[in-house]
Amino acid sequence: MDKRKRIIAIAVFAVLSIALIIGTVIVRSPGHHGSIGELMKDAVLHETNKVSLFGLKDVNPGLISAFTVTGIFFVFCLIVRIFIIPKFKRVPGKFQLVLETAVGFFDGLAKSNSPHRNKFLGAYLFTAGAYIFVGTLFELFGVQVITTNGSSMAMPAPLADINGAIMMGFLSYGVILSGGFAENRFKGVGQALKDFSLPVSMSFRIFGALLSGALVTELVYHYIALSYGLPILVGVMFTMLHALIQAYVLTMLTALFYGEVSEPAHEKPKKIKRSKINNK
Amino acid sequence: MPLNIDWQQILLHLLNFVLLFAILYFLLYKPVKKFMDDRTAYYKDIEDKANENFAQSEKTKAEYTEKLEKAEDEIAEEKKQAYVEIEKLTQDKIKEAEDEAKKIIANAHKNTEAEHEKMLKTVRSEITDMVTSAAEKLVSDHSTSRAFDEFLDKAEKGGSDE
Repeated sequence: MDKRKRIIAIAVFAVLSIALIIGTVIVRSPGHHGSIGELMKDAVLHETNKVSLFGLKDVNPGLISAFTVTGIFFVFCLIVRIFIIPKFKRVPGKFQLVLETAVGFFDGLAKSNSPHRNKFLGAYLFTAGAYIFVGTLFELFGVQVITTNGSSMAMPAPLADINGAIMMGFLSYGVILSGGFAENRFKGVGQALKDFSLPVSMSFRIFGALLSGALVTELVYHYIALSYGLPILVGVMFTMLHALIQAYVLTMLTALFYGEVSEPAHEKPKKIKRSKINNK
Repeated sequence: MPLNIDWQQILLHLLNFVLLFAILYFLLYKPVKKFMDDRTAYYKDIEDKANENFAQSEKTKAEYTEKLEKAEDEIAEEKKQAYVEIEKLTQDKIKEAEDEAKKIIANAHKNTEAEHEKMLKTVRSEITDMVTSAAEKLVSDHSTSRAFDEFLDKAEKGGSDE
């Protein structure tokens, strides 16, 4: 790029930035009603901002996000299954490599943590990991939804909803229990029940982690002075990190506990009664 | 419920996740994993075949080396035997030749002896004849000397005519 073109590019960038700053000052955001405390409370509890589910029930926006993410996954998977997978080559291309790496990672995680029983676990971990990762990144796009009180709001991550997080935590615990039962019957279930705090801890860990990201972003956007440059860091970087870390933590924990309870029990050698020995 | 926990919404989340599980499993995870497993099996098969071929070639090589060593030993043994046989054959031939030579010499001696005897016999008979004729000549000495003189006279005449 020569000097003249560079100067033009910098000038255009500066003019656009100034126009955006002026625009954001002139046009006030409709979401900035009430105090920051109220906003954050609503982000956690969703008591005021509800979304109608096909007119059947008013639900948290996180549930709508969950259905939207599933819809996106369905379209994506359908396209991949019909157009891409049949053209897979033994020496993979870039996109094939991404898919194979993702499948191989969760399959490997299942196999390394639970060598005896891992077919279902691999598929579960893949789904959970993909759901947490993509669901968290979904927050970044700021897809708008109309709430029941008529205002619009950006759709949050599905698991930033307490109900979604509870489902994820308890389902993972259920999967662990089923692994224990499948391998060791009631002994395996008993072993898994010893860690009764696990579903609660998993649920609230994922809820807290994802919600904190949403809260920080909400906080930053609430103050106009903070909404330039900083969102790149707190919004994009933190969300991406959350997406990666939470997907890894939940799947890793599930695989670890599943492997522990589904390990085949070693039979102890039967003790010969002393009386029998004495008789001999 | 505290914290806006709603069991109905939890079940809806669960339904959504089950749907997602089915979608991801049947449309993405299973086919990709199958492809990866097939590829692994394909390369494993190639590797197994290569290993099998390698083991077979190693075995064949070992067999050939063993055969080669055996053949070398056999050749050495046969060479040794051949040397022994040749040696034996040579000794036999030499002995045979020596016997032949002895026989020839013995025959030659015998023949020479016979020839000698024959010659002696002939000489003896000739001497006997000579002695006999000499004795006869002595008996008829007069006629002989006269004949001799006649001969000499004739010879002298013949020389003067020429």
